Amino acid sequence: MIPTHSHWTPLLGRLGPDAIPTEPIVLATFAAVSLGGIALVAALTYFRLWGYLWKQWFTSVDHKKIGIMYMVLGLIMFLRGFADAIMIRSQQALGFGGSDGYLNSHHFDQVFTAHGVIMIFFVAMPFVTGLMNYVVPLQIGARDVSFPFLNNFSFWMTAGGAVLVMLSLFVGEFARTGWLAYPPLSGLAYSPDVGVDYYIWSLQVAGVGTTLSGVNLIATIIKLRAPGMTMMKMPVFTWTALVTNILIVAVFPVLTVVLALLGLDRVFHTNFFTNDFGGSPMLYVNLIWIWGHPEVYILVLPVFGVFSEIVSTFCSKRLFGYTSMVYATCVIGILSYSVWLHHFFTMGSGASVNSFFGITTMVISIPTGAKLFNWLFTMFRGRIRFELPMMWTVAFMLTFTIGGMTGVMMAVPAADFVLHNSVFLIAHFHNVIIGGVVWGVFAAINYWWPKAFGFKLNQFWGKVSFWCWVPGFWIAFTPLYILGFMGVTRRMRVFDASFDPLRVYYWIALAGAFLIAAGIGAMLIQFAVSIWKREEYKDESGDPWGGRTLEWATSSPPPEYNFAFTPKIHDIDAWADMKAKGVARPISGFQDIYMPQGTWAGIVLAGLSTVCGFALIWQVWWLAVVMLAGIVGTAIFHTFNYNRTFYIKADHVAEVEAARTAQLAALEKGAA
Amino acid sequence: MSYRGCSMSLLRAGAMSTQPTLLRHASRLGSLVSLASLSACSPVVLNPAGDIAKQEASLVVTATLLMLLIIVPVMALTVYFAWKYRATAGARYEPEWNHSTQLELVIWAAPLMIIIALGSLTWVTTHTLDPFRPVARIAEGKPLAADAKPLEIQVVALDWKWLFIYPEQKIATVNELALPVDRPVHFSISSSSVMNSFYIPALAGQIYAMPGMTSELNAVLNKTGTFDGFSANYSGSGFSHMRFKTYGLADADFDQWVAKVAKGGDKDSAGALDTVAYLQLEQPSEKEPVRHFTTVADGLFDKIVNLCVRPGKMCVRDMMALDARGGAGKAGIYNVAALTYDKNGRETTIPVIPGRAAAQADARTKAFVRAICVPDGVKTPVPAAAAKLSLAAPARTPLS
Repeated sequence: MIPTHSHWTPLLGRLGPDAIPTEPIVLATFAAVSLGGIALVAALTYFRLWGYLWKQWFTSVDHKKIGIMYMVLGLIMFLRGFADAIMIRSQQALGFGGSDGYLNSHHFDQVFTAHGVIMIFFVAMPFVTGLMNYVVPLQIGARDVSFPFLNNFSFWMTAGGAVLVMLSLFVGEFARTGWLAYPPLSGLAYSPDVGVDYYIWSLQVAGVGTTLSGVNLIATIIKLRAPGMTMMKMPVFTWTALVTNILIVAVFPVLTVVLALLGLDRVFHTNFFTNDFGGSPMLYVNLIWIWGHPEVYILVLPVFGVFSEIVSTFCSKRLFGYTSMVYATCVIGILSYSVWLHHFFTMGSGASVNSFFGITTMVISIPTGAKLFNWLFTMFRGRIRFELPMMWTVAFMLTFTIGGMTGVMMAVPAADFVLHNSVFLIAHFHNVIIGGVVWGVFAAINYWWPKAFGFKLNQFWGKVSFWCWVPGFWIAFTPLYILGFMGVTRRMRVFDASFDPLRVYYWIALAGAFLIAAGIGAMLIQFAVSIWKREEYKDESGDPWGGRTLEWATSSPPPEYNFAFTPKIHDIDAWADMKAKGVARPISGFQDIYMPQGTWAGIVLAGLSTVCGFALIWQVWWLAVVMLAGIVGTAIFHTFNYNRTFYIKADHVAEVEAARTAQLAALEKGAA
Repeated sequence: MSYRGCSMSLLRAGAMSTQPTLLRHASRLGSLVSLASLSACSPVVLNPAGDIAKQEASLVVTATLLMLLIIVPVMALTVYFAWKYRATAGARYEPEWNHSTQLELVIWAAPLMIIIALGSLTWVTTHTLDPFRPVARIAEGKPLAADAKPLEIQVVALDWKWLFIYPEQKIATVNELALPVDRPVHFSISSSSVMNSFYIPALAGQIYAMPGMTSELNAVLNKTGTFDGFSANYSGSGFSHMRFKTYGLADADFDQWVAKVAKGGDKDSAGALDTVAYLQLEQPSEKEPVRHFTTVADGLFDKIVNLCVRPGKMCVRDMMALDARGGAGKAGIYNVAALTYDKNGRETTIPVIPGRAAAQADARTKAFVRAICVPDGVKTPVPAAAAKLSLAAPARTPLS
């Protein structure tokens, strides 16, 4: 029943009839997705939206639109990743007392691998990249990122990787190795099918996007800040974005290389990570975690920035300890390179090596703790408005603290020996990733949505979502913490008779997962209701929360050019400072604005790369060569495109700004 | 694993005489805390039966308590501030207050102090509880006899079962481990194919079992009884069933058990563990029953670690010796086939024959093909029984 793909033909490579899965669950999903897809395409065609989407979104180089597209990608993949989560939880709740559950190992092992890969690479990464893309240029008073075309290309490469992962559901299969695909299990000998190849190539395609977007945002933050915004006057979110992108540029190449070496082992029978001929699987484990641990901070640092912005905004108060916040961020960034071995103390490095990495891990908790204290003392003598973003922030502070503590517990090597790979570990990293990254993203969506779309999100459904998510999380993961102390290990599919008394814990965890599902449902309803009643929730001020940073200085949504005049910065909280000083909005003297032009090249290059990835997965060599030539050819052809920029005429700017002036005047009149 | 027994013995987990008094008290307190929250059942990790695991459990508790010193105030303050400074409360409001050197000093120094304490504890315990280090005592207050020699056990993770070799007793078992109580045990651990983790929570922390390598674990079991052991690192489709029972036996009972296994004839007995039997055992299989082997081929574990159980294979050790002398030059090409272990699929009992065209073609063939086809004209250096065996029962590979 497990496909072999052992045949190979020059025309179709390893593709054959056995590439189509026969499991009923997968077939039903395939049918549902196909029908949904056909309906979507039909609707877009019926409403004649293709041209609009192509011109206004797919080929756009506007950082705001690309940011929104990243968030949409993250949301779609989040639903897929969460479906996997529900499948894991229900299989583990059912696989007791001699029952085999409803997923066989071939399917279950793919599900937990896909869950991890999707949630990290195609949910958390697009979410934080989307936030940085949208917010950073606005916060530093820039018109766009440094390399707008590259930005569009990066997004489509990430989307291309996601397409490959989704494709593995219906054509062939995904890896059955765990989300980091440790060899020898992921080597050719023990994973001869296409699953690991899907893993490798989806991450390679997406990795190009991530690395380039890192380069882009570093350049943007370093070079495009408004005059007066020195490094120590940058908003904290921009600071965290800078450190994050430096981490991305430093470590993603490691991932690229390690996956390339694994690919060489699989295709060309080299011996980097094999058992024989002096290969070292331990080398792979080291390399992947040299990427993997900084990756954790790549995800969490931007949301630390989000929380910093939200705390100070909703406490109507300057952030406490800006300088120590900045240094804490940098220290975390640097230390994140020196802790990777704590993911495998149990590999048997010497006691001194283990101690070193254990202690460096603990040391990271010091700057992280400092950040928590800074948020705490920002609340001290503030005037806290418990809007949705602030509610998520307080939930984060309480939850993340516990997650940090359980993390440090496992940083003690001898304690890790008894907790490693147990479901305690699962509870720990979901504690920091859900309680940190996911809730941070939700806080950010609620916070910046009015900026992006000009209307606030519905409060009621937002609160329903919050009150499902937060208890749901604790109900889902507290049982796992407890089970960890009972010696229950992760990635189990079925449980023999000795586990029978523990079944109740898995049922509680499943109930928690369903509560989280309700929270996700409520969030989707929140979006739908808000869009439906967008006139009612309209915010014309552009500054609905009493914001303190520059993005709140423009209209909502901001004009294509963000700022008619680049503002001059005198304070960390630039917009709060401008409001306090009563700086007048310029209403005349507009000039032509030089802007980047949208281009088809990004989506086409990424499309070719995705097909190339597919060809490499199935070893359809001719197609891979054609696509590779296509990529190079398209890139060269695109260099002859001299039509890359245009001017927004001063008249047009004046028109837009006059409308804004009228809007603000009407608003003031209404208030008076 | 005693999931069912709900006991008060958690308290014992807190005692660890090597620690300073403060930490010891802290540990006791911590045990009480965990007792309160987890009293419904007895979690084996916190209430183990072996001295090493006990020390590790006590370390978990101590570390938790040390951190709670700072976690509890932070969480309490978060709730308190969130309540006190809510907008509607009208509490004192200082929108420009954003710096305090004293406060900054405290928020960096307080965690630093905790980490210094925890870091020192880490350094000490990582060395004393290093799995490679021989145990220093039988249990708290029970010193090791001067002439005590640990029991040697060799552990091999196979797909998907555990092989235990008792080299001194010259017996072996599958999925069953018996340990004499209060006698130090030294495990040498390896794997035949992929990475696993050898973990008996009641005895001691886990350590990876890796192919081509030996990791070690020193531990001592202090209680008689039945405990669970398993692989704690996902290793493929049969992973969930890769579990075994560990029996803690009094000395006399252990000797009796050894004698019983060596004698054979009972329902679990599977004869001798020679090369052929091992190569058959090595094939992937799930839910393996317990097996007892009356004897073990000499040096089997050593060959497993060196990836050269199959006749005709060159041991990794020999290759490394060759390489250390600068390699064998062009002549070494001849060795390639003899070194190939699992490159083309899981190992089967049919060897790759060096220098044969058929074998070269075989390099691109998948394992299951090899399992059912013997290259024409090849005289297999393995005993005829092994060749027959592979024909009768094709290897179960991920391909089949």
